[in-house]
Amino acid sequence: MSKVLIIAEHDGAKLNAGTAKCVTCASGIEGAEITVAVCANDASSVAAQAAALKGVARVLKLENPVHAHALAATIAPQIAAIAAPFSHLFGPSTTFGKDLMPRIAALLDSAQVSDIMAIESATRFRRPIYAGNAIVTVETEAGAKVIGTVRTASFEAAPAGGNAAIESADSSVALPAHTRFVSLSAAKSDRPDLQSASRVVSGGRALGSAEQFQILYRLADKLGAAVGASRAAVDAGYAANDLQVGQTGKIIAPELYFAVGISGAIQHLTGIKDARTIVAINKDPEAPIFEIADFGLVGDLFQLVPELEKLL
Amino acid sequence: MKRILVGIKRVVDYNVRIRVKPDGTGVATDGVKMSINPFDEIALEEALRIKERGGAEEVVVVTIGPADCQQQLRTALAMGADRALHVQTDSVIEPLDAARVLLKLVEREQPLLAILGKQAIDDDNNQTGQMLAALWSRPQATFASKLELTDGKATVTREVDAGLETLEIDLPALVTTDLRLNEPRYVKLPDIMKAKKKPLETLTLDSLGIAPRQRLKPLRYAPPPQRQKGVMVKDAAELVAALRKRGVV
Repeated sequence: MSKVLIIAEHDGAKLNAGTAKCVTCASGIEGAEITVAVCANDASSVAAQAAALKGVARVLKLENPVHAHALAATIAPQIAAIAAPFSHLFGPSTTFGKDLMPRIAALLDSAQVSDIMAIESATRFRRPIYAGNAIVTVETEAGAKVIGTVRTASFEAAPAGGNAAIESADSSVALPAHTRFVSLSAAKSDRPDLQSASRVVSGGRALGSAEQFQILYRLADKLGAAVGASRAAVDAGYAANDLQVGQTGKIIAPELYFAVGISGAIQHLTGIKDARTIVAINKDPEAPIFEIADFGLVGDLFQLVPELEKLL
Repeated sequence: MKRILVGIKRVVDYNVRIRVKPDGTGVATDGVKMSINPFDEIALEEALRIKERGGAEEVVVVTIGPADCQQQLRTALAMGADRALHVQTDSVIEPLDAARVLLKLVEREQPLLAILGKQAIDDDNNQTGQMLAALWSRPQATFASKLELTDGKATVTREVDAGLETLEIDLPALVTTDLRLNEPRYVKLPDIMKAKKKPLETLTLDSLGIAPRQRLKPLRYAPPPQRQKGVMVKDAAELVAALRKRGVV
């Protein structure tokens, strides 16, 4: 039987939605028994949230003051020390999981399957390569532990309705002190989180300046949407880099996506192709974004965006 | 000597639109333009800048792969690397084996810093750097957008989902690069000529005591599912009406 260990991502208080998506992914393995590990200084609140996810059988608390900030250097040996009974170890394909999981895999002398987008069996997984231009099905070695990161845009979050047992695991393993957290500068905003928002309004280079980029915020506020940006807009300094949507930024799957003044480079399309409905606004009728948009509108964005804001 | 080791990978050029072979056995790469993985170019640029600021004395660039990879090593030497190591092999090298090879070279070269791209744009694995750091039992700072060396330590700003995270790590350490760390320099013709005289050492997996093993078997390759082209609307009012009809606003 498959025993899956999911490493919870959290900020000390709140479980990240990526963890619930890992639970859905793991549930795709027939007969999987799912355990969630929470490394934290005080894990009680996050552990309770994980225990409430449908499909989770058990939650392990690994409490240690060094886990006040999530560092791969200290979480990896902690997880490696408890990995023996598990057949699969999953983490979300977020910057947290991408940083952490290969470090765990190497400690366990295991290969890693990155960005799992579909599970065919306990040993067969589909994943994107070449910026999503090809999908490869890979098979892991029989009897080998499977370490994987889960492409969060490919799975719905597991619903509430679970009532898993919460246990404390031994966390006495020696952890290194060579890596120290200094600070996190998060762009504070009242808007929905880009990664998990159900509506997103993104802007590209055509916005022309950081000031003009602000017109998207008014439309986003009207829609209750998060704001995103293309790589070109971020590189040009119109938007902060944590707003970047695309292969090298965030891969998202909102219900509604507005691409405003974004031509549609392949690396951007890779980040949005799981969106339910895509709207494209661009002055160039030949822009590649129109090839994948559900609704396309050719015109001047500086005229259309305020119009939409009024009509919505 | 204060040394920086930079890992580079030969990959299909960023601008090539790749195709899956019709029989699903792989991606067609015959005759397409090959380049240094863009993130690795950023890694090399950062190493060169550290050296130019006096933070290191030597930049050593390494790659693992077939004979053709020497083209990319020569480009790296032309950019300014001091010498190159080519671990020549035609075997499939998964990230864990790449990390094992790099560990051997790190033990040999004793760098204060190993810098790699955060991921290669072919397999998109994003694993090798973290695996090297684990096997080396040293700090890792992945997805770096700023790197400062002081006195046996590095302060690294990382691009994370929540914003920008800053870590302090003891050296030696492993850093992987994100896009905004720097903009790599262009290679000038005289540098290409000079690079031909720089040392390039060829090594074998055998000589390093590494026997690679393919642990993930690719079964089949497929093109991604395509989204259907939708409809064009003529103005903002028609767009809003269409979205209302679909029930998304």
